[in-house]
Amino acid sequence: MEIRISKQNSATVVAVTGRMDAITTPEYEKRLNEQISAGETVFVCDLEGLDYISSAGLRGILTVAKQLKTKGGQMRFANMGGAVKEVFDISGFGSIFQLHDSVAEALSGLE
Amino acid sequence: MALSMLTCPSRVENLAHVTDFVEQNADQCGIEQKKKLGLLVALEEAYVNVCHYAYPDTVGDVELACGCEAGDFVVEIADSGIAFDVLSLPDPDTDADIMDREIGGLGVYFIRKLTDAVCYRRENGRNILRMALHTSQTA
Repeated sequence: MEIRISKQNSATVVAVTGRMDAITTPEYEKRLNEQISAGETVFVCDLEGLDYISSAGLRGILTVAKQLKTKGGQMRFANMGGAVKEVFDISGFGSIFQLHDSVAEALSGLE
Repeated sequence: MALSMLTCPSRVENLAHVTDFVEQNADQCGIEQKKKLGLLVALEEAYVNVCHYAYPDTVGDVELACGCEAGDFVVEIADSGIAFDVLSLPDPDTDADIMDREIGGLGVYFIRKLTDAVCYRRENGRNILRMALHTSQTA
């Protein structure tokens, strides 16, 4: 898994590539928590390069999302691919989060 | 056809090794890409489950067997740890609000949803979980 973080206006765009599994997901949580600790509250997660996600990955996403919610922040997702989308959908996560077709679309509704 | 075998210590860090082994065999069996990815998620859930719950305080052997059988791609994951039928767990409430979500039951839910058939048996002091996926060769 690789994570690239960039800023677009007031939002933090997090591009995740590779696999989010039981081994790699703690790194996602660590990197996102660093951003949240630094005061960032609005995130767009770009999953175009994410090939694989398991329940451990979803757990990491949920942990970060809960953390953000307590601070009044939010997390949106963009560019989710077929296999990852299927896991999101059967877990019910697809209806919990805002999923967008592009980073630009995810950003457009934000302050 | 004989199944391919792999035995490894029950450490979560071995997940990549386990995944590679099953993926290579799945490719030889002609399983379609999307189904294979689903199977690999189910495999991770089953494997991590063994590491955490069959051998909670120790490291034991996990035995994997996989291959084509009567047109299906079959994966069996066996351990000699604490007797436990993961399939006895209830499905999670996938409609619950984000703040109330219990993630614990999601692993077994994926095992059920992402395979075509799954069963558990206790045999000679071992837990054996068998997952099967239909392939294009399935009658």
